[in-house]
Amino acid sequence: MIKLVNLTKSIENKRVLQGVNLEIEREQITLILGQSGVGKTVLLRLLLGLIKPDGGEIWIEGENIVPLNERELDSVRKRCGVLFQGGALFDSLTVGENIAFPLRQHTHLSERELHGKVHEKLEQVGLDGIERQKPAELSGGMRKRVALARALALDPEILLLDEPTAGLDPVTGRAIADLIHETQMRSKATCVAVTHDLTLVERLADRVALLHDGKILAVGTPHEMLSSSDSLVKEFLKGVEL
Amino acid sequence: MWWMQLIKQMEFLGVRSVPVLLLTGGFTGMVLALQSFQALERFGGQILVGAIASLGQARELGPILTAFLVAGRVGSAMAAELASMQISEQIDALRAMAVSPFKFLVVPRLIAGVTMLPIVTVIANFIGTLGSYLVAVIFLHVNAGIYWNQVFLFVGPQDLLNGLLKSVFFGLILTGAACWAGLEERVGAEGIGRAATAAVVRGYVLILIADYFLTDLLF
Repeated sequence: MIKLVNLTKSIENKRVLQGVNLEIEREQITLILGQSGVGKTVLLRLLLGLIKPDGGEIWIEGENIVPLNERELDSVRKRCGVLFQGGALFDSLTVGENIAFPLRQHTHLSERELHGKVHEKLEQVGLDGIERQKPAELSGGMRKRVALARALALDPEILLLDEPTAGLDPVTGRAIADLIHETQMRSKATCVAVTHDLTLVERLADRVALLHDGKILAVGTPHEMLSSSDSLVKEFLKGVEL
Repeated sequence: MWWMQLIKQMEFLGVRSVPVLLLTGGFTGMVLALQSFQALERFGGQILVGAIASLGQARELGPILTAFLVAGRVGSAMAAELASMQISEQIDALRAMAVSPFKFLVVPRLIAGVTMLPIVTVIANFIGTLGSYLVAVIFLHVNAGIYWNQVFLFVGPQDLLNGLLKSVFFGLILTGAACWAGLEERVGAEGIGRAATAAVVRGYVLILIADYFLTDLLF
């Protein structure tokens, strides 16, 4: 389980997070919704220890990661797979090398086993056969899929997704959402996705948390959120149908 | 993967710098011979042209001009590449995958700088000496035997080695400046340009400062 306790963070003198409290259940997909610029990506970066909070605690499977140094954080990070908003694929490497990258760093697989694993992960995201292509040769949707395959390479316990459908057309966005859902069902990973895409509420979420004004305004299942009497929650989720 | 990074950086910094260094090294030697000859002619010391040009090349101009050239060619490109990786979250991706950007990106570049810059400096020195020989003997009609005699009389192994020791430090400085500029927090395409400029300016300034202290220390 992931637990955020009274988390605060300012960036360039602007208070982005002002006391975030949230419990993220194991083996579920939790969607953190919020408008653009509300601090969703900051929250995800905090979860990975890429930046330190000004105050508060981040508990991942019983361990507060806030006081950990970079080396200690690595043991937590090895258990996480991350899909960055723009994919963050290494453009000097091929697709196959990108997916093999975390495996080469943290496992002792032979070249043959690595090749098999890359093939398997690409097959999972429906892109088998593009191992030799460079990320620059791929479309936005394909890059996201490859980035997802890389995030899944080490079979992570925790999957963190930053705006998984941002910049994609609705059809590709839906396909990516379904792919994430299938992947989570298969791997049983604890999945946290930050997004402003409301279509993901119906396609993806087990639980939804609404981030507003630096705090979690409401948390619940999609049904609970839609039946909320809070006017801000209603306003934000307007148009979502289950 | 780390070894591949190292080999790639060594090839980029060293091997690919050779053609342009052949050109600049050669002309540096030629101009050095010309200037030395004209200055020595005033008091009849033209026979010393080989010694003066080779000493200048080995102790000072070889290491520093090579470092400047590599800082301009490689330092700017390194900084731009790292800044682009920073902006596109590739550095964050490395950290998120529990891979240290310092070990994976910075260390191979520093090692490439420290090992390859002395090697390309040797090449530049060799070509520079040939260039000065060419100008002194063929165009300025200095006797070839006297030319080499003066070179071997005045230029000792210590001059060459200390010049190369300088280039070891210069290699560390120029790649360090490039990594420092490239890994600073930046945004947008403008940030990439600024990183490249910062790498070259910082590299040049730090190399010149280091050159003074190293010269004072070594010679």
